[in-house]
Amino acid sequence: MAVPKLEQLSKSVVQGPSLATGAVPTKDWMDVPAIFKPGNYAYPAKQEKVEYLNSQKDLHFPNAREWSPEDDDWKLPEGWQDIILKGLKERLDKFRSLKIFMDCCVRCGACADKCHFFLGTGDPKNMPVLRAELLRSVYRNEFTIGGKILGKMAGGREMTVGVLKEWFMYSYQCTECRRCSVFCPYGIDTAEVTMMLRELLHLVGVGINWILEPASNSNRTGNHMGLQPHTFKDNVDFLADDVENLTGIKINHSFNRKGAEVLFITPSADVFAEPGLYTAMGYLLLFEHIGLDYTWSTYASEGGNFGLFTNNELMKKLNGKMYAEAKRLGVKYIIGGECGHMWRVVHQYMDTMNGPADFLEVPKSSITGTTFNNAASTKMVHISEFTADLIKNGKLKLDKSRNAHVKATFHDSCNPARAMGLIDEPRYILDHVLDNWVEMPENTIREQTFCCGSGTGLNTDEIMELRMRSGLPRANAVKHVIDKHDVNTLSCVCAIDRATLTSLMNYWNPGCNVCGVSELVGNALVMDGENRQELDEGLRTLV
Amino acid sequence: MKYAFSFLAVIALILIAGLGSQVPGMQYFFGVAIPYLAMMLFVGGFVYRVTQWAKSPVPFSIPTTCGQGASLDFIKQDKLDCPTKTSEVVARMFLEIFLFRSLFRNTKSEIHDGPKITYESSKWLWLFGLLFHYSFLLIVIRHMRLFVDPIPFWLSAIESVDSMLQIGAPTLYLSSVTLLGGLLLLFGRRLVNRHVRYISLNNDYFPLVLIFAIGVTGILMRYFLRTNIDIINIKNLAMGLVTFSPVINVKIGAIFYIHLFLVSTLLAYFPFSKLMHMGGVFMSPTRNMANNSRAKRHINPWNDPAIKPHSYAGYEDEFREFMVDAGIPVEKELSATKDEA
Repeated sequence: MAVPKLEQLSKSVVQGPSLATGAVPTKDWMDVPAIFKPGNYAYPAKQEKVEYLNSQKDLHFPNAREWSPEDDDWKLPEGWQDIILKGLKERLDKFRSLKIFMDCCVRCGACADKCHFFLGTGDPKNMPVLRAELLRSVYRNEFTIGGKILGKMAGGREMTVGVLKEWFMYSYQCTECRRCSVFCPYGIDTAEVTMMLRELLHLVGVGINWILEPASNSNRTGNHMGLQPHTFKDNVDFLADDVENLTGIKINHSFNRKGAEVLFITPSADVFAEPGLYTAMGYLLLFEHIGLDYTWSTYASEGGNFGLFTNNELMKKLNGKMYAEAKRLGVKYIIGGECGHMWRVVHQYMDTMNGPADFLEVPKSSITGTTFNNAASTKMVHISEFTADLIKNGKLKLDKSRNAHVKATFHDSCNPARAMGLIDEPRYILDHVLDNWVEMPENTIREQTFCCGSGTGLNTDEIMELRMRSGLPRANAVKHVIDKHDVNTLSCVCAIDRATLTSLMNYWNPGCNVCGVSELVGNALVMDGENRQELDEGLRTLV
Repeated sequence: MKYAFSFLAVIALILIAGLGSQVPGMQYFFGVAIPYLAMMLFVGGFVYRVTQWAKSPVPFSIPTTCGQGASLDFIKQDKLDCPTKTSEVVARMFLEIFLFRSLFRNTKSEIHDGPKITYESSKWLWLFGLLFHYSFLLIVIRHMRLFVDPIPFWLSAIESVDSMLQIGAPTLYLSSVTLLGGLLLLFGRRLVNRHVRYISLNNDYFPLVLIFAIGVTGILMRYFLRTNIDIINIKNLAMGLVTFSPVINVKIGAIFYIHLFLVSTLLAYFPFSKLMHMGGVFMSPTRNMANNSRAKRHINPWNDPAIKPHSYAGYEDEFREFMVDAGIPVEKELSATKDEA
């Protein structure tokens, strides 16, 4: 289960007999079973976590049990096929996307080599089209005339345990990054397919711990990390102390404060571990710099939402805290920190699920007077939008030379790029806090950006080799600019990225740091009354 | 050898029509009954499929954004790839449907030693696809001359452009050549490209072979097997079909019945196959929605308002003591709750 040595893996991805590098499998894909062995699957969810979620009102997580993907018998419930097929029927009726995506694919193959999992593993079933065919084959067999009459001849397949095992394997080798959807002539989005597969699997009690444990934590304590209110506060206080030590600036922050103008919500990972901590310090400095009237919340202390990787009900339930807390505290609007999947939920789902937020006001920056009309209904502004506006209006005193130690490139996170269109705001910020920074090759940035390889709850250590493989396309593009431009920092606007890209860089490109854009903003801020030490490494400097 | 099945199936269809139509009395079956049946299946099936799709709601606003969204004044929006207005969505859809814009983006990746992954533009699929689809469209339009009388000017104009090279007599239509060429290239790609070969099903080869056979029989009929092929008689039949008064009172060559039978098969097969991408491309939520979900609330008809977050009250009840200790404001003070208890 240990991760292979760099040389070994480097050789394997190039020379390994895989569809990505030229070998064509001799067996039809329907005849190749999914085989689980240590290292190629994420651990199943702990029984007590599933039981906890199932005990919550409105949630349905049946069949909690101890099981292992390596066992032949997955202890599926009685009548599991019916449960799956009924679940599929229900979802076909609820999601037009699913129906269209099941029916319209012509298998043109445009998506085939667009997936980072396919490029890194060469496994044919990681071609987006084939990942979808895993479900489509069952759909055809059960729900189309051709499939019902002609069966396998028309690409149909019975729902068997083997198929279910394939679903588990390959719906957890997809990070719902939507890169394939950019290239598909019909916009078929594998993220939708993967979401459905995962929902269906949960109906029979098949899920992974790295997702369900954070999700249950988030439900109970307000955040994925399971930080209880006092601990959450301690962590932020600790960061504020750090900022004070480094800059001499006393941070005035508050928690659960009623009547604040703004509620600030960011992924809890930012107050929990490096390098996200430095990004959080950047937030603290920025808000202090402009004197923003804002509060943190311990109850809504999670920006991220692992419900997105689980099912619609859980996503909605977890997300509901944001508006509930904004209403309780009586704030005017919400600012959200840097996070990828959080912003998918906020941008494309939140208002629909938990709105209308008629108790909030259309976000208007009290510092610049700018009204954020693009968030007029959701009433939630992205920190990069907020910061870019401050810079544009000359409200920030920035000294680029304070980032002299940084030679950066920028990683577009999947969701901001492909499910939101937040692409140039972070770049605008970088232009103003860095002397210069460089872009990675054009086929690997903006809407064509490559996933970190560990999104959607796959950033767990037991599948490290898979993660290093699926992250290869991203790492490779970073290497390109390291070799060419001596880049030493990979900046991003995503908390999962900050964690996963760090592992990825350590493996493929040792020496390359990972940071949030707000960390670089924090580095460059010239604060009134500061008593700044020589910070050779910005907020990271040990003093 | 999945494609072999498609060849066999099409050969069988050709034999059925070729032999069957020569049996006395069967001309009505192949010339009238089958085309009507096929047309009914096509129209009925197409409408059924589209209504089935439309019945399912679009619960969330899920456009795939392929460029900068509308945000601050000084950040330039990519209106085509990240539309917010209906007019911009229409423009995006137009380019997608008429110019296959997403395929134009296609790249080919290669993994080299190092490892080093490279991506280069690959427009073959886009080119082959355009070639095939536009040729087919042109041919369908050209065939309208069989169903209208008199023939409108624009139809004749299209025909003369299509035969502008003036090769042979009757003159060769360019679209006939490009249709067959496009099909051969698409078929060849399915065999040669290892990714596509591995994923291809009978469902993918069959329509290619079928349409190819339709093209070939059409060409044979126009240029080579002209015995008992009189355009006047065929037009009479066609006009009869569309005016619901079909008559067949002359002998028409077998090649015509084969051509017609294959076309009928295509029509009948269409709604039950991947060919429905023709309808689906208009309805794909990742392409036909505006990226304005934060500015304008999207409504989900099955949204369940009963699903509430784990309540703040429940949260405070569990952690009140810690919160008070840490100086975090609470709704109910400790003493108050103790009194209640």
